Amino acid sequence: MSAEQTLDEQSAAVPAPGDVLLEVNGLTKHFPVMGGFPFKRQVGAVQAVDGVSFDVREGESLGLVGESGCGKSTTGRLLTRLLEPTGGTVKYRGQDITHANRKQLAPIRSEIQMIFQDPYSSLNPRHTVGTIISGPMEINNINPPGGREARVRELLEIVGLNPEHYNRFPHEFSGGQRQRIGVARALALNPKLIIADEPVSALDVSIQAQVVNLLQGLQRELGIAFVFIAHDLSIVRHFSQRVAVMYLGKVVEIADRDSLYNKPRHPYTHALLSAAPDADPDTAANERIRLTGDVPSPLNPPSGCRFRTRCWKAQEKCATEEPPLIQLGGNVDGHLTACHFPEDGVAPGAKPADTIPAARLAKD
Amino acid sequence: MSTLTKSESIPAPEAGHAFLSVRDLQVRFRTEDGIVKAVNNLSFDLEQGKTLGIVGESGSGKSVSNLAVMGLHNPKNTTIEGSITLDGQDLLKASQKDLEKLRGNKMSMIFQDALAALSPYYTIGRQIAEPFMKHTGASKKEGRDRAIEMLRRVGIPQPQTRVDDFPHQFSGGMRQRAMIAMALVCDPQMLIADEPTTALDVTVQAQIIDLLKDLQQESGTSIIFITHDLGVIREIADDVLVMYAGRAVERGTMREVLKSSQHPYGWGLLSSIPRINASVDVPLMPIPGTPPSLLNPPSGCAFHPRCTYRELVVGDKCVTERPPLELANGHLSACHLTPAQKQSILTEQILPRLSS
Repeated sequence: MSAEQTLDEQSAAVPAPGDVLLEVNGLTKHFPVMGGFPFKRQVGAVQAVDGVSFDVREGESLGLVGESGCGKSTTGRLLTRLLEPTGGTVKYRGQDITHANRKQLAPIRSEIQMIFQDPYSSLNPRHTVGTIISGPMEINNINPPGGREARVRELLEIVGLNPEHYNRFPHEFSGGQRQRIGVARALALNPKLIIADEPVSALDVSIQAQVVNLLQGLQRELGIAFVFIAHDLSIVRHFSQRVAVMYLGKVVEIADRDSLYNKPRHPYTHALLSAAPDADPDTAANERIRLTGDVPSPLNPPSGCRFRTRCWKAQEKCATEEPPLIQLGGNVDGHLTACHFPEDGVAPGAKPADTIPAARLAKD
Repeated sequence: MSTLTKSESIPAPEAGHAFLSVRDLQVRFRTEDGIVKAVNNLSFDLEQGKTLGIVGESGSGKSVSNLAVMGLHNPKNTTIEGSITLDGQDLLKASQKDLEKLRGNKMSMIFQDALAALSPYYTIGRQIAEPFMKHTGASKKEGRDRAIEMLRRVGIPQPQTRVDDFPHQFSGGMRQRAMIAMALVCDPQMLIADEPTTALDVTVQAQIIDLLKDLQQESGTSIIFITHDLGVIREIADDVLVMYAGRAVERGTMREVLKSSQHPYGWGLLSSIPRINASVDVPLMPIPGTPPSLLNPPSGCAFHPRCTYRELVVGDKCVTERPPLELANGHLSACHLTPAQKQSILTEQILPRLSS
């Protein structure tokens, strides 16, 4: 616990651009499973997030991708401390907030905000838009110059809604507009970091781009850092400078956008990229890696490498030894992969279909 | 029914023969707020062994029109006009009893949310066997065997034991497979898949698409595939129908619609999705505005309030007159722009954006 600094010290220090804003180290969340008779006791644990480490710099966007159940949303909730981690540390500007209590968290909560997936259930139907957006200011007792209402109208304008709609209720808006209200609420306190948990996946295709562009504009103009959680690889690529791929509670690969999409090294990243449908009929019909079966249960994850049950390259070593998340030879700085038998780093589709089997032979 | 016997006895796909043909379909719902014109003047054909992809936003009438094909609308508050002919038989004139014989037998449907579509009270095996037993008069034992065989066909491991499982014991992808098994148990000639992969992960989505394609090749089923994902359309569809506000705005082969779309809405859809290999510096071009309410659709072309090419059309035709679905540069589209204008916008503005 190096972070015994007081909060006042923290808020005074303004880090230079590019400084580490959020530092996550070995973050773990195990949900207990209770059972037994007559006394309930813990019979197991869902290892939702297990030893995740990454950091987010000022003004950058980190994408978190993975299949459902891989722990990406749980990670988001741990970062905002909506959940308390079982292990590991979360540091915000050097201050340890892993087990901080409500009082200690209060000033940080205003700097880390969240946008939720479902714009229908994340807005209180009995509150007007004005109440919803001014809620964070009220809770944190912030009185912006000109009053809260003026600030709300300004926020509505920033997110592309009519300020006249101040007194309307959420049901009067469409899905895309509701998501904008959610964005305005997240912006109300001038956050430094926004955790966006699948902000567009509940929206229509034609509306998705509107919200993505809005978030991108905010990131650029206001310098807000984002943790962008999504399962759509092409949207993550479009939005995030760095991308982390998660599988069953672990980060299996993390890299810069270009490095990850052009030179993926982890077989799972390969499989995900090859499964992403592309709308251009002229793209070479790349040989799709067919992943068989489903993600194993996080109640009882496979030993060693967690991906080995679905991996076509798995060998004995994968079952006994867990691959560390390291920088492999030939990778650019910051491209970390957790695999014993990595691919040679050719994106699926970049070369004709025979690339993938050939790589397999060469490495075995 | 004498005309039917010939095509029924030949299960092999006959190219060029419209198996399902929908003409001027209109679906109206009476609601408290007024009449919702959910589908207007929709016409399309589906050949044996082919796949028709229907693209559109929520509320564009893509599900409603297919529920009308299946005869699943509540007749109390719905009026359906036009004609739907399945293999020579008019479905709109058919009695409920006749439809019951067709549903699950000759045509069947896969729904988006498999957990909601499966009953939590019955085992997977029983739910798969039910339509088979009903349509063929098979015994319980035969039904169970058939269910096991179907589960094996859709790639569920250990079908002998999984057949007695309940839906909650299956994962999302497996439930969707079980739904496909249920839909295919009577070897239907037509399958309507209503966003079957939207709730699934990309890896599972790829599995399901491969499965549907394999099954189609085996049995020559015609598929109507409803989705809003153009990438999925590219994977599975032969022909594509783009719907907007209850009308078809574009119809053509998959390649025609994805590569040389002739409608501003199609252009909007193509430019608003990020490509996995496109330059990341090009901002997405969203379609402005929101989908219209069908209670009170815009006059003229329903897309005109959101269209960025409106000023290119002489006069206010877009507001006053509804464009007909007519042939322009190779396939059907409903837009007042002249074919030459469309072609120049496509080649000068849209395609460069997409390939950058």
